[in-house]
Amino acid sequence: MAELLQHLLNGLVLGGTYALLGIGLTLIFGLMNVVNFAHGEFYTLGAYVSFAALALAGIDFFAALLVAIVAGAALGWLCEVTLLRPLRNESIDTTMLVMIGVWIAMQNAELLGWGGVAKSIPHPFPTAPLVFGPVAIAPVRLFALVLAAGLIAASWLTIQKTKLGRAMRATFQDRDTAALMGVGIGRIHAATFAFGSGLAAAAGALLGPIFLVYPSMGDLASLKAFSVVILGGLGNLPGATLGGLLLGIAEELGAGYISSGYRDAVGFVIIILVLLFRPSGLLARQERIA
Amino acid sequence: MGNRSIVLLALVLVALAALAVPGESQSPIKIGVIEPLSGPVAASGNYVRMGAEIARDWLNAKGGIGGRKVDLLIEDNKSDPKEAASAAEKLIVRDKVPAIMGAWGSSMTLAAMPKLEEYGVPMVVETSSAASITKRGNPWIFRISPPSEMEALGLEQYVDKLGVKRVDFLAVNTDWGRGSITAFGDMLKKKGAAVGVAEYMEQSATDMNAQLTKIKATGGDTLFLTTAVEQITLVMKQAQEQRLTRKVVTTGGSSSPTQLIKQAGAAAEGSYHIVFFMPWFPDAMPDGKLAKAFVDEWAKRGHPFEGLTEGFRGHDGIATIAEAIRVAGKDDPKAVREALWNVSLMGVNGPIKFEKDGPAGKESGQSKPSIFVVQIRDGKVALPDFLAKK
Repeated sequence: MAELLQHLLNGLVLGGTYALLGIGLTLIFGLMNVVNFAHGEFYTLGAYVSFAALALAGIDFFAALLVAIVAGAALGWLCEVTLLRPLRNESIDTTMLVMIGVWIAMQNAELLGWGGVAKSIPHPFPTAPLVFGPVAIAPVRLFALVLAAGLIAASWLTIQKTKLGRAMRATFQDRDTAALMGVGIGRIHAATFAFGSGLAAAAGALLGPIFLVYPSMGDLASLKAFSVVILGGLGNLPGATLGGLLLGIAEELGAGYISSGYRDAVGFVIIILVLLFRPSGLLARQERIA
Repeated sequence: MGNRSIVLLALVLVALAALAVPGESQSPIKIGVIEPLSGPVAASGNYVRMGAEIARDWLNAKGGIGGRKVDLLIEDNKSDPKEAASAAEKLIVRDKVPAIMGAWGSSMTLAAMPKLEEYGVPMVVETSSAASITKRGNPWIFRISPPSEMEALGLEQYVDKLGVKRVDFLAVNTDWGRGSITAFGDMLKKKGAAVGVAEYMEQSATDMNAQLTKIKATGGDTLFLTTAVEQITLVMKQAQEQRLTRKVVTTGGSSSPTQLIKQAGAAAEGSYHIVFFMPWFPDAMPDGKLAKAFVDEWAKRGHPFEGLTEGFRGHDGIATIAEAIRVAGKDDPKAVREALWNVSLMGVNGPIKFEKDGPAGKESGQSKPSIFVVQIRDGKVALPDFLAKK
């Protein structure tokens, strides 16, 4: 029983970060119809910016987190304006290829700038685990989980309650009509891409201190983010959240009770099942954004 | 153009041709290197490269091999077996190297091996531990790193002193990790230890909590951990988070204890590490003077200290190939392979000399490297108590 509870807690922490990664991707996918292969690289960027701010510039851990989110959003905005805006009316394949290019370019730039040796981000939390009866969790992981939940809630509120969110939902439903109603499509696209990239950077900065930071860390993150998006349905924010948690817990239980060698296989079996029985995702609805 | 001009032109051409002949024999000797310079195990691969470059520069400072400079052609296998095979093909077919050093990971080495046999070029294996590398009957393989079996035998004498009674395994899901679990499991069973679970993790995995929770449930006393330093760091941090209190023994010599102290901190305290080089105590190495010189040169170049436990492999691999080329007297792959059977030199790790291993008639070469055990104590690398007294 203690083992099961510990597995569930581990899965929840892991799933929270998957959800954070998935939300950014699903927004960009759903709203802009762009398959963002570089999503994982914004995750890596967040981790490296946080490392640079902390270890090199010597600023506070929490301030570094903020710097990482701002840097991710800024680069995301730049990426949209310079690369994606001119291609807005091109097919999905064209932008997909461009994003694969961005992925390769960013990863190699990181390799060039930081070298292949993994970096470790120092964090101010005590290393001794917090013990709740039969389960234990490191304070830094608990912080990551709470902050991830906060960011997910903030994203949902932004989309549901703000003017920007309403414009985003309108653009998602019908881009041309939204444009006729006076929504600045260019501005909405740039904001969405910056938003999604900022969330990915936040995930990187949050997980950097828990794991290690190295140039290819984004590959695995991308893979998980795509899985989450498929599970939850394109452009579906609660779906991505649920999908992330489900994937994290399934992987954890699969590794714990079947075999750790099949950890990723368990995740993909669930994706196949979802695709077979609910092809448009767990929480698919007509209006898929939020 | 008059007659005189033609004669003059002929003279110039002859002179050029005469100049070109000695130039030809002065061309550098090329040695191929395949290492993971990017990807999940990039740190280790880069350290091996740095060590190889020291060996090259030392050789060239002494006038090269037979008056010819040594040139390293370094290819990145991206921690990926497919890339290792294509890197080997590129070095052999396009660059025509007489010998290769590589390819760090066992899976990468195994993937490159068919190319060696296809084209007939020898490879000195500097890191890989999987037994199958020298057992497959590839006569172009010469290994200076210990296979897991040899490592396990080296550790056998310390098992009682370490107090290993119930043991679990966690290894990277590659040829190296799987081979290591078999080798150490057999040895420990022979010594009467109870073997619990054997868990695996993917090379790029970062969250090992599921495996650790499972291991925690077995109630063993020792965890054998086989992977590169990046994952060892994560496992140790996550084990601490889960309050998993085990004696940890890492195998394979790629644990870089100094880097662990830096990145895992208190989580690494008390762990034991099988290493093949002890840069903390160079005097305790078989050739103390060479070891000291290597450590000093490494520091002079500004390379990180934690890389030394990988870096020496690069030095020893290149020194072995250079010695073989010197013995052969030419940089021809077949001659270099013959010569490799006859080399006998002192590396940073200790004496290097190849013995036959694998199916008769198609044997690979296997050297018998020195094996050491160190412990992280009080945030420093120390000899374990049972070794310190001598």
